[in-house]
Amino acid sequence: MTDIALPNRWRRFAEWDERPLRLDKFAAEDPAHGFSAFKSPADLKPGVGVQAGKIASMDGVLVHDFDMIDAFIAAHHLDPVIAEEAMAMDSALLARMLVDMNVPRAELVRLARGCTPAKLADVVGRLNALEIAFAYSKMRARKTPGNQAHVTNAKDDPLQLAADAAIAVAYGFDEIETTMRVARNAWSNAVACAVGAAVGRWGVLFQCSSEEAEELLIGMAGFTSYAETVSVYGTEKSFTDGDDTPWSKGFLAAAYASRGIKMRCTSGAGSELLMGFHEAKSLLYLEARCLCLQRGMGVQGTQNGGIDGAPLTATVPGGVRELMAENLIAVWLDLECASGNDARSSESEIRVGAKILPYLIAGSDLICSGFGSIPAYDNSFNPSLFNAEEMEDYLVLQRDFEADGGLTPLAETRAIDLRARAVAAISAVFDELGLAQPTADMQASVIVASGSNETRSFTAGAVGPISDGIKNQGITVIDVIKALAKRGFEPEAENLLSVVKLRVSGDYLQTSAMVRGGRVLSAINDANDYAGPGSGYRLSEARRGQINDIRDVLTQGEVLRSEAQFETAEAARVAYPTAGAAGVGTTLDEVVIGISPAFGVKLFQTTAGHKLSDVLRVMIEGITARGLRARVVRLCHTADTSFLGLSAARLSGSGIGIGIQAKGTAVIHSSARLPHNNLELFSNAPITRLEHYAGLGRNAAAYALGEAPEPVVVPSLGQAMGARYHARVAMIYAIETELVIDGADPQEIDLRFLKGKGK
Amino acid sequence: MTRLTVADYPLAETQADKVAGKRGIALHDITLASVLAGNVTMEDLQITPAALHKQAEISADAGRPTLALNFQRAAELVDVPQEVIMSTYELLRPGRARSAQDLLDRATLLRDTYNAPLIADFILEAAASYEKRGLFTRRF
Repeated sequence: MTDIALPNRWRRFAEWDERPLRLDKFAAEDPAHGFSAFKSPADLKPGVGVQAGKIASMDGVLVHDFDMIDAFIAAHHLDPVIAEEAMAMDSALLARMLVDMNVPRAELVRLARGCTPAKLADVVGRLNALEIAFAYSKMRARKTPGNQAHVTNAKDDPLQLAADAAIAVAYGFDEIETTMRVARNAWSNAVACAVGAAVGRWGVLFQCSSEEAEELLIGMAGFTSYAETVSVYGTEKSFTDGDDTPWSKGFLAAAYASRGIKMRCTSGAGSELLMGFHEAKSLLYLEARCLCLQRGMGVQGTQNGGIDGAPLTATVPGGVRELMAENLIAVWLDLECASGNDARSSESEIRVGAKILPYLIAGSDLICSGFGSIPAYDNSFNPSLFNAEEMEDYLVLQRDFEADGGLTPLAETRAIDLRARAVAAISAVFDELGLAQPTADMQASVIVASGSNETRSFTAGAVGPISDGIKNQGITVIDVIKALAKRGFEPEAENLLSVVKLRVSGDYLQTSAMVRGGRVLSAINDANDYAGPGSGYRLSEARRGQINDIRDVLTQGEVLRSEAQFETAEAARVAYPTAGAAGVGTTLDEVVIGISPAFGVKLFQTTAGHKLSDVLRVMIEGITARGLRARVVRLCHTADTSFLGLSAARLSGSGIGIGIQAKGTAVIHSSARLPHNNLELFSNAPITRLEHYAGLGRNAAAYALGEAPEPVVVPSLGQAMGARYHARVAMIYAIETELVIDGADPQEIDLRFLKGKGK
Repeated sequence: MTRLTVADYPLAETQADKVAGKRGIALHDITLASVLAGNVTMEDLQITPAALHKQAEISADAGRPTLALNFQRAAELVDVPQEVIMSTYELLRPGRARSAQDLLDRATLLRDTYNAPLIADFILEAAASYEKRGLFTRRF
């Protein structure tokens, strides 16, 4: 007996080890150490005590034991009258109301004003992922969905920032957010993005994420229009460790509004866990506290859904459902929601796609906050869930689900024009204001570059003096507008002025405000009115047309045009003259090849790109190599491979025939067998090579000689053949079937390979 | 004057002739031509207390009382100098004030000098909470 080495591992696991997924880490559920998405023994139980019209206790904590967060929520979020009503309601009933299309959003928003953090968490925790997505779609404040982009690069290069901002605007992002590799470069980043965002259309809101005081100063100089880095936390120790309190952040909220700058707070699961002060509470409970705080502070909205904590949250069981649940609490509290889908939470493209889908189909004020419109390595916030690399995947997901993800495909020629315009505009502004003189080579390198690895432009160190110049000279948006106009960029000057003018009326300070088509749209004039099928946000035909207009879309006309390109060349290589009706062969030494109606008539190459003349030639050579004859007939009564093969076999003196379609699908059939019960079949034409067709000819001859040859196997690497080829195949096959004539007799073909040109 | 409602929104469309920046130049008079002529300054592009009060009325009508209150607090801060804003924010951060008195003094300044009673009350509320939670300890 032979010794067999005892296997110690199934190799499948070794293959799985190599998948990107295995780079993701997963953490065990451990509530005592803060690793629990929805429930922890330390979470407080929902409850409220109201005495003399005032909150006396909240979630089991008496007023005199309140920490700062409890105190702020009790004073500013909870409405004592509604609290008594809402807290008396069964959580299961509230959960059902959230997914009941017959319960108006406004009624649920009213009740939320009386719900404590523990109550909100208890209610949404009862919903499964599908119910959360549905409730989110019903409860989000603004009807029309939107999206936000990150525009950054690894060099803080202002030319590239301007070009990429213009691209983000063209893709339809409603907001763009930048940040720096080097803090000193904030002013340069701000001017570059503001100018780039003014190319093409106006209305994209812009944020420069930097140190609190600097960010407010940049806003006051008119370069930015919103802020979202005002973070809040769900435990008192995290809050003070983050060097703030509910009141300091609340004051900042008023300060931003007083400068006419739109603002939202940021919070998200996992931040307290990352900071080490989680109090053994569940992620959702802590986030519910954050969100009640934010509504109490009077901010119009929130950026939540994990944000920086999303990757950590995704490591725990139910973590991704938790991210959805906290977003639902945000919109239930009537806050604008920039719903995360921000820091990339997985190396697995499948987990990334799955993460985005509920938001894409439910819609969100800002689906990503933000989407990396630049390559992952240029994203100075850290790679996003989606980056420039995955832009086209996202566009196709919109088309697949007929879901408005806020973006619109961009034509190649338009993209390069916009980049050139933006680079010229920022270069002119820098020159006009005496800040820098970008060379033609710098500009040219940026216009074509996908990312900063390819540019010969400013480096982070070279940007410092430009940024200092803007700050120290007290340059404001008015100076930039004037510079643009003076240097021939009037449309951009006009666009930039329009954005700054937003702050005079303050319309965009209202909940969920964005600018579309030159108008402010918010939860006030574009309120979500979902009340079942046919209501809420629906794609208009015009918008559907935009979403569908991705690049490289096949049409039958295009397939015919591309085939026609090969017609002349093929005509020089082969001719298919007919020689009357084909009869049944009488000798045993022949194999009949039945070609399809469009073979060499309207179609000239297989889906693998082989010339049909070559395919026929190698098959015939394979047959004649065994000393047999090949007879070619054209069959017009069918285009089906199986019947082509069977019909050929029945005409064949040996009883063996080959059927072949123009797209390259081929079969060996025997006249003695039932239809479809063939001898050999090449069903995957796109991966079938000439050597396989030669083998098919040899084997057909072998069957005719009474042998049992080893079938020819076309090796597959597991490619998604349907995805790659079926659209084209269906169009090609339709060309075949159009030429089918019921009951048409087989025609003998006097096949002639022509010498000379065209080989 | 009757209070504004959601029907008055957006003000840039319903009141472009009435909404104006700090120096009184109406929104519809702020054009690229007027900017290039040197007639527009950053002050003309600032929101006014009046506009914030209008937005507060609209948000209250839309059922958002806390947002409305924030706009009212913001209206009080419009004319507060940037240094005072930033130093007040700094004072409200943990451990910056050495005692409740620092915050009480700041509340008085804002109430008396800048006519900001809502902001002053907000600071007093913070002072009480910080006192209770022992936040007047140095952090650095």
